[in-house]
Amino acid sequence: MKKLMLGNEAVARGAYEAGCSVAAAYPGTPSTEITEYISKYDEIYSEWAPNEKVALEVAIGSSIGGARSICSMKHVGLNVAADPLFTVSYTGVNGGLVIMVADDPGMHSSQNEQDSRFYARSSKVPMLEPSDSQECKDFVKQAFSISETFDCPVIVRLSTRVSHSQSAVELSDKEDYKLKQYSKDANKYVMMPAMARKRHVEVEKRMAALREFSNESRLNKVEMTSKDIGVITSGISYQYVKEAMPDASVLKIGMVHPIPEKLIADFAANVKTLYVVEELEPFFENQIKKMGIKVIGKEKLPIIGEFSAQLVAEKLLDKKFDSQEASNNAVPVRPPVMCPGCPHRGMFYVLKKLGLTVSGDIGCYTLGALPPNEAMDICVCMGASIGVAHGLEKARGADFRKKTVAVIGDSTFIHSGITGLIDIVYNKGNSTVIILDNSITGMTGHQHNPTTGFTIKGEPTKQVDLELLCKSVGVDRVTVVDPFDIKEFEKVVKAETDADEPSVIISQRPCALLKHVKYEGSHRIIQDKCKKCRMCMKIGCPAIVEKGDHLEINPALCVGCKLCTKICGFGAIERAGE
Amino acid sequence: MKKLNLLIVGVGGQGTLLASRILGTVALKLNFDVKVSEVHGMSQRGGSVVTYVRYGEKVYSPLIEKGEADLIIAFEQLEALRWVDYLHKDGKMIVNEQEIDPMPVIIGKAKYPEKILDTLKTSYSIYSLDALKIARECGTIKAVNIVLLGVMAKLAGIDKNIFMEAINEVVPAKVLDVNIKAFEEGYNYHN
Repeated sequence: MKKLMLGNEAVARGAYEAGCSVAAAYPGTPSTEITEYISKYDEIYSEWAPNEKVALEVAIGSSIGGARSICSMKHVGLNVAADPLFTVSYTGVNGGLVIMVADDPGMHSSQNEQDSRFYARSSKVPMLEPSDSQECKDFVKQAFSISETFDCPVIVRLSTRVSHSQSAVELSDKEDYKLKQYSKDANKYVMMPAMARKRHVEVEKRMAALREFSNESRLNKVEMTSKDIGVITSGISYQYVKEAMPDASVLKIGMVHPIPEKLIADFAANVKTLYVVEELEPFFENQIKKMGIKVIGKEKLPIIGEFSAQLVAEKLLDKKFDSQEASNNAVPVRPPVMCPGCPHRGMFYVLKKLGLTVSGDIGCYTLGALPPNEAMDICVCMGASIGVAHGLEKARGADFRKKTVAVIGDSTFIHSGITGLIDIVYNKGNSTVIILDNSITGMTGHQHNPTTGFTIKGEPTKQVDLELLCKSVGVDRVTVVDPFDIKEFEKVVKAETDADEPSVIISQRPCALLKHVKYEGSHRIIQDKCKKCRMCMKIGCPAIVEKGDHLEINPALCVGCKLCTKICGFGAIERAGE
Repeated sequence: MKKLNLLIVGVGGQGTLLASRILGTVALKLNFDVKVSEVHGMSQRGGSVVTYVRYGEKVYSPLIEKGEADLIIAFEQLEALRWVDYLHKDGKMIVNEQEIDPMPVIIGKAKYPEKILDTLKTSYSIYSLDALKIARECGTIKAVNIVLLGVMAKLAGIDKNIFMEAINEVVPAKVLDVNIKAFEEGYNYHN
């Protein structure tokens, strides 16, 4: 039976068919749906972990415990999980262990464009890369088998266009995988210097065996046509090459680490001109050049951003395409915005009004950096807002600190913000941290987290009490406030930034997109009362617009959160009649 | 049609993803190879969004390049203008007449272009309608996407029953009736 599936959904299906029984992840675009789809299979235990490091550690534990296990994350998540990755490469596995990592060339929803293939090489772990949904399923199943055959974790690399493209997948039955025996083996699983030295020898033996395997494996395949042009490629780039250069011979690499050196040498010997088409870094190219083979790659193709079939044809075949971009000059850009009813809007209004320096973090609220609020100075990575605020204080002193706050979402705070807060308390900092508690992990599309009180399957569970947590690490000043109570919010921010001790403000209001959040519906501007002072526009709500000589509220967008009614000094906004 | 390149463009939150899922399912039912490419995450928060749907005997790239779309379904006028360069010169564009001001317009840094439909009509075959109004009359403004799919089905000459099957499979049961009504309204709009 064939089914249309997202790449991410096909990964989940592959895990299911392989008899995988434990899955852990932290959400991150473009990887999130893998674990969301896995959670729909009752045969697989699944969880949202507090961060990627914990997720991988859970998967390592279940693998050692004998279960086929999968752990999924976005590219930057692998940075967080890198510590266990490098050592599980030494311990090896018991039940198969597959690590899914989704890169984001073009940065559709990311803060950098890193190429995860280097992790495979530096941690000495094999890596596979599928190019469509069918391969997503097939490669995940093969990854489990390689993991067990070679006693190592296997990384499967995706990219946005593979993760988020749907194509047809042939479904198969679930394998009847039996939990493997667990037996204590300190020489394999306790990585102290004496044991690790021996394991490193095993790792090098394994890599040598995998290099042979790569040459023989059907994961790598040659599609020979003409002898004029040969292209070595992998993943989504393969699709662009097939589209743009139907006459070229292609070596499609499915096992991107270790690369199939013999296969590459044979292929190179059979074509006149050899290209490497790979997004981001010259990962294959540099290795192929090191083999002494003449190959053209980054001298023609960009190192930045996504490819397309057109780009490949332009750069390698010198094809010209009519560019009509001039006609587009008049089209205003449409950057993403905080949704109508977003609780963060009230908070950013206050922070901007007070002219504070804002150390930001990763989530929907990063949009506070864009106009009209522009109320964010710095944003680096998950959890960084708090450490950065502390560093600002240590560099610039108390006066600067009193005009500075860190802002961080509930899920991000649990991910890696709590350690920063402990640092502030321990090292006598006095910064103010605002935790945006919107009852969900927002940007990635509503996943539960330890502060929501529900598991990935929606089952009730213990809920981390943010107030109690902050107090317990030594923050005495913890205030909970509604960001739509603008006056009170402003008062609290002033008082807490002014205090000469660390403080936490929990800005509490649920995400407007949550099903249980019911606002009363769209509002309108009473034109007779409106003085056109434009105060309501300062909150940057996409529903409030200027039409001709007056302001109005777009009824298709307004949810009725009433934030604007609190800003309007003339009572000119009211509930719209039916 | 033996092959189709279709773009769905709009503003994050307008339901473009559901529309693309239905179209992909339709293509599969027509026994075509199909790829649907979408972007999730940050741009879904009120930003400009695009979904590519391609079907044919064999589809490699999930993306559609400038000048190669046979059909574009635009959920919003400004987005229609933004993406029109992707339309093949003989292609057709379905435009929902809804207007949503982007932030640069709201804060006065840019102007929402005037008479977009007239501009588009000078060079392309444009099929415009107030899908928001039609959806509201069917029972929910969320059905804008299905109204537009109805228009598309008619223009592309695709068997209505296959669309009905796909909608049945993809749309949640409790909102099925209103969506079927919305589809019919769209299908019968341009007679």
